Amino acid sequence: MKLPIYRKRVTRSPGGDLAALVILVLLGAFMALPMVYVISSAFKPLNELFLFPPRFFVRNPTLDNFKDLAILMAESWVPMSRYFLNTILITSLGTAGHVLLASLCAFAIAKHRFPGSKAIFNLIVLSLMFAPEVTAIPNYLTISFLGWIDTYSAIIVPAWASSLGLFLMKQFMDQMVPDSLLEAARIDGAGELKVFWQVAMPSVRPAWLTLIILSFQSLWGTTGSSFIYSESLKTLPYALNQIVAGGIARAGVGAAVALVMMVVPVTVFVLNQRSVVATMGTSGLKE
Amino acid sequence: MNLKKWGISYLFALPYILLFLVFTVIPVVIAIALSFTSYNMLQPPIWVAWDNYVKLLFSDDVFLIAVKNTLLFASITGPVSYFLCLILAWFINELKPAVRTFLTLLFYAPSISGNVFMIWTVLFSGDAYGWVNGVLMRWGIIYEPVRWLTNPDTLLGVTILVTLWMSLGTSFLAFIAGLQGIDATLYEAGAIDGVPNRWQELWFITLPAMRPQLMFGAIMSITASFAAGKNIVSLVGFPSTDYAGHTVITHLMDYGNIRFEMGYAAAIATLLFILMLGTQRLVQHLLRKIG
Repeated sequence: MKLPIYRKRVTRSPGGDLAALVILVLLGAFMALPMVYVISSAFKPLNELFLFPPRFFVRNPTLDNFKDLAILMAESWVPMSRYFLNTILITSLGTAGHVLLASLCAFAIAKHRFPGSKAIFNLIVLSLMFAPEVTAIPNYLTISFLGWIDTYSAIIVPAWASSLGLFLMKQFMDQMVPDSLLEAARIDGAGELKVFWQVAMPSVRPAWLTLIILSFQSLWGTTGSSFIYSESLKTLPYALNQIVAGGIARAGVGAAVALVMMVVPVTVFVLNQRSVVATMGTSGLKE
Repeated sequence: MNLKKWGISYLFALPYILLFLVFTVIPVVIAIALSFTSYNMLQPPIWVAWDNYVKLLFSDDVFLIAVKNTLLFASITGPVSYFLCLILAWFINELKPAVRTFLTLLFYAPSISGNVFMIWTVLFSGDAYGWVNGVLMRWGIIYEPVRWLTNPDTLLGVTILVTLWMSLGTSFLAFIAGLQGIDATLYEAGAIDGVPNRWQELWFITLPAMRPQLMFGAIMSITASFAAGKNIVSLVGFPSTDYAGHTVITHLMDYGNIRFEMGYAAAIATLLFILMLGTQRLVQHLLRKIG
């Protein structure tokens, strides 16, 4: 058997390579198992969903679950397209604002190094060290004080200030945008906004693609249930969760829902995998 | 401060910083301040000094269960997930690019698939239709279905497994990127100097070269390991049987979102904050010793 090893090195023994491969295959199977089960169940007809003993793979694949999902969606009191549009709106506005504001700030911190920028960056790194749950209660008070309860601002505006995005963008600009490039543009008479938009941003494409993906992922899955009460303002994940909550009779539809919710973020990541890995390459913390 | 020189910089940075202050920095200060009060959101807060903390630490038995579960949960998921990320990234890095891309996706996908982890409730379903029960019964390992998610002996274990499944996230990608960024000549030099096997190479060359990524990954893994709560509630419900799946975050949600005892909840949040930052400090200290 020829092992799919990329670069051969003297420190590698065949036995070790084989052991590594076995571990990879076992863990890969563990990771893939639920994913495959979701896909397989989504295509199972009713009699296969409740088979004893349960079978892992589908035998007679059918689109019934997706048809049922479509019917349930068409019957829902608020049209499903509304939930879908709500999620699109929250995701696109939240992501666009975050990428723009975080990039502007990261640019000023990384490339202007204004007085106080170090302290601010340290605060941002510190904020990565605790879970957002710590600030959930004061944030709820702030948002109700601002009168944003039951509006999208409650979800969108806090998403603009996500600290991971700013951190990754600043690190990438630090290491990947040479000062000389910006200096050259300034000598040619470009204003700072033009330098940012036409010189810095095009050269950090992997970083802003990564910010888009991270922000997209968190907003796409948001139910917003702690801030949004009006039914017509609720999001797609919330509506789909309600369908799944219909219990055991919805097992097939539930799997179809899971598949639908999974496909979008995974596809977005697949299309941009290289950019994300390039960005993470600069994520390191010195010290 | 030279406003003329730095004006534009502050203009660029201000919108983000303002939001960051409003939604992250000030809330921490408010949480700490509220933790010394009794506050139900209807009447103004009343100063109670250390009462909340005294009650939490000395008379709230459920909180002590939550702390015990959180520490158990975090001390398993944090390190195991961190080493899984590292080992898998390290193995994957030597494979051909196409295989590497596919495996990266396979390992990373669960962490970005949102609610898909709920499929585990079907796999671990408590009746004989659950796949795990079905397999174990067919193999004759158990004779009647185990109620995985309601039995206090098994539910924390299952949530740990599910959490590990979806924990190969940002740290994992950071490690893959870090490994790809290591200068290949370092390995050649190491081989000439007589590094005998992959483990010594890992310890003396690879890990020191990717230390910045290791630091970043540690921060992300530790935060995630303490933040478990919402997902646990989705899996085992609230309250879980005998509070076996009760964590500090669940306790916080209980007092904050259900009972509206905001001062008490803020005290829980403050203790969690201290616990997380303390752990971060400790682990950073350990990571400096690598290599």
